[in-house]
Amino acid sequence: MFDPKQLQDVAEGNKGYEEAVTKALAKNPERKENFTTGGGIPLKRTYTPEDINGVDYAKDLGFPGKYPYTRGVQPTMYRGRFWTMRQYAGFATAEDSNRRYRYLLSQGTTGLSVAFDLPTQIGYDSDDPMAVGECGKVGVAIDSLADAEILFDQIPLDKVSTSMTINAPASVLLSMYIAVAEKQGVPMSALSGTIQNDILKEYIARGTYIFPPKPSMRLITDIFEFCSGNIPKWNTISISGYHIREAGSTAIQEVAFTLADGIAYIEAAIKSGQDPNVFGKRLSFFFNAHNDFLEEVAKFRAARKIWAKIMKERFGVTDKGAQMLRFHTQTAGCTLTAQQAENNIVRVGIQTMAAVCGGTQSLHTNSLDEALALPTDKSVRIALRTQQIVAYESGITNTVDPLAGSYAVEALTKQIEEGAWEYINKIDEMGGMMTAIEKGYPQKHIQDAAYQYQKSIETGDRIIVGVNKFHIDEDMSERKLLKVDASVGVNQIKKLREMKEKRDNVKVKDCLEAIQKGAQGEDNLMPLILDAVRHYATEGEICGVLRGVFGEYKENVVL
Amino acid sequence: MDRKIRVVVAKPGLDGHDRGAKVVARAFRDAGMEVIYTGLRQTPEQIVATAIQEDADAIGISILSGAHEYCFKAIIDLLKEKNASDIIVFGGGVIPETDYPTLLGFGAGAIFGPGTPTTETIAWLEKAVAEKRAKEA
Repeated sequence: MFDPKQLQDVAEGNKGYEEAVTKALAKNPERKENFTTGGGIPLKRTYTPEDINGVDYAKDLGFPGKYPYTRGVQPTMYRGRFWTMRQYAGFATAEDSNRRYRYLLSQGTTGLSVAFDLPTQIGYDSDDPMAVGECGKVGVAIDSLADAEILFDQIPLDKVSTSMTINAPASVLLSMYIAVAEKQGVPMSALSGTIQNDILKEYIARGTYIFPPKPSMRLITDIFEFCSGNIPKWNTISISGYHIREAGSTAIQEVAFTLADGIAYIEAAIKSGQDPNVFGKRLSFFFNAHNDFLEEVAKFRAARKIWAKIMKERFGVTDKGAQMLRFHTQTAGCTLTAQQAENNIVRVGIQTMAAVCGGTQSLHTNSLDEALALPTDKSVRIALRTQQIVAYESGITNTVDPLAGSYAVEALTKQIEEGAWEYINKIDEMGGMMTAIEKGYPQKHIQDAAYQYQKSIETGDRIIVGVNKFHIDEDMSERKLLKVDASVGVNQIKKLREMKEKRDNVKVKDCLEAIQKGAQGEDNLMPLILDAVRHYATEGEICGVLRGVFGEYKENVVL
Repeated sequence: MDRKIRVVVAKPGLDGHDRGAKVVARAFRDAGMEVIYTGLRQTPEQIVATAIQEDADAIGISILSGAHEYCFKAIIDLLKEKNASDIIVFGGGVIPETDYPTLLGFGAGAIFGPGTPTTETIAWLEKAVAEKRAKEA
C-alpha cells in the first residue's frame, strides 16, 4: 500500500517514537498494562502504515459497490438514501401493536419490525398450556390470520417493508402476511420485507426452536424456493449474529459463527437443487452494534469481505447481488444498564455511529429503559431520534466508508477477518455448523466468552459506568414502565375461541391433513401452509401437525 | 459447612435468554456449590420435581420474558403443595423493581437485577442456606 521509501521513513520515525514512549512511561505509566478491544483483540499503542502494508487496496478493500464490498454494498451509500430506520416493536394484542406501528410510522420510521410473543415464536396458540403467563409479554400474540389482519390494519403493505422476527414457524407467519396483503389487494410480487427464518442461531443462542435440524432446514429451503418464484423482493432469511453476540460472544465469534451458519444454509439449498446465484440475492444478515466503536466498524467491514469471498470462491457465485452481504443492525441490548438508565441514550448513540460507519442497510436502536421492561412511547421516540440525529446532523453520512484508511481500523478489519476464518475453518473440519452445534462447539465458546466478560466487570478490569463505577443510589419505583396486563392473555384466548367457531372447520381439517401428508413427503410445504392460513387455521394447529411428523428438538445443554 | 450447597438454576417458561443463568451457574460452581442447570423451557412442575429429586437447598430462577409473576408464584405454590417449602427460591433477570415486593410476598428470598455482581448473589445464597440449615438442625 505504501512505497518502500515511505515505509523506511516510518520505521525510522517509529524508533524515535519508541524512545519518547519509554520516557513518557517512566514519568506516567499507562492506565493498564494491556489494552484490548471490547472483544479481546490486543490493541497496539499506535498504528502506522507498517501495520497495513500488507493490505492491497484493489484486492482487499476495493471501491464501494465493488467486490469484495469491504467499503460497502452500494456505490453512493447514504449520500443516496439513509439506511432503513426500523424499530423492533410489538406487545400485548394486535390492536395495541398496530397502534404502536402507526405511531412509529407517523414519527418517521421507514420500515416495520414485528416482535412476536414467545408462544407465537414457538408455535403455540394463546390457549396452549405452554403459553400460560407469556401471552403478549415480549411481543404481540398472533394466533391466526384474524390477528394478522388487525396487526397490519391501515398499513399499506405495498409501500411499507416489514421485518418479522420469526424463525421455527416462519412459513406460517409469512403466509399470514401474504394473506393479509391479498385482502388489501396487494399481490405477493409487490411485497418487500424480511423473515428471520434462521434456525441455527436458535440452537446456538436464542432458544426459540421447535423441530430438529433436518426438517427445520427443509422448511427454510422450501421458503427460499417459494420466494424465489413468488416474492422476488422478499429477504428469505436474516442470518443473525445479533443473538450470538447478546449471548456473550466476542466480535470475531459473532462474525465467524454467523457466516458459518450462512454456509450451512447455502449448502442445504444447493442440495435441494437451487441456484445460489438466485436465492443468494435474497439472503440478508443481522449483526449487533456493541460498545467498542473501532472494533465494531472493523467487524462490519470484515464480515462483508469474508462473505463475498465465500460466495465467489467457495460457491462459484457470479451474480453480484448474491456476493453482497446486506445487513440489519441492532444496538447491543446487553450493554444497556438498569442503573442510571438515561446513560443508555449515549451508549446507543455510539453504537449507532458504529453501525453507520460500518455501512448498515437498516438499524434498530434500543430504548433507554429496555434493561427494565418493554420501552414506553417516549423512550422509543428518543431511540428513533438518535438515528435521525446521526443521519441528519452528524455528517458521517456524507462520505462513503469514512474510516477507511485509518491505520487502526484497517488493521482491526484484517485481524477480525483472520480470526473469523480460523473459526470457520475449524467448523468446516468438524463437518459443518450442524455437527458443530451437536457437539456444543459454538455454544461452549460463547459461554466461555460470556463468563470472561462478567468476570472482567467484577474484577473492575472492564468499567461499566453507573454499574461498577460512578454508582449512585436511585429510587427505581418512580420510573414509568410499560406493563403488559394478564388480562391480555384472557382476552386473546376468548378471541381465538370465537374465531374457531366462525371459520369453516371442515376446510381447516382438510388443509391440516394436506400439510401432514406434505410433511411426510418432499413437496414444498409453503403453498399448503398458505392455503391453511387463508382458511384461518391457527399457528398452533399447523405447528402441532408438523410437530407430529417432525418431532421436537431437544436442547444439548452445555455448561 | 459440611455439605456442599446444592442449587438448581432454572429457566421457566418459554424464555430463551440463558446467558445470565449460565454465567450465574458457573459462578456458583466456581464458588464450590453443586449446580444443576435445567436447560430451557421448564414448566414449574418440572423445576420443582428436579429440586426435590436433587435434594436441592435452593432454586434460582432466571427470567427475562416478563412472565415472572406467574412463574414465581407457580413454583412457590407447588413447593408448598409438596411440603418442600424449605427450599429457598430466589431469582433474577429483567424484572422491574416495582415487581420485587410482589415476588417477595409470594415467598421469594431475594431478587437480583441486571448488573448484580455474582459475588453478591453467592454471598446471599451462602448466608441463606446456612440459616436454613441452622434452623433444621
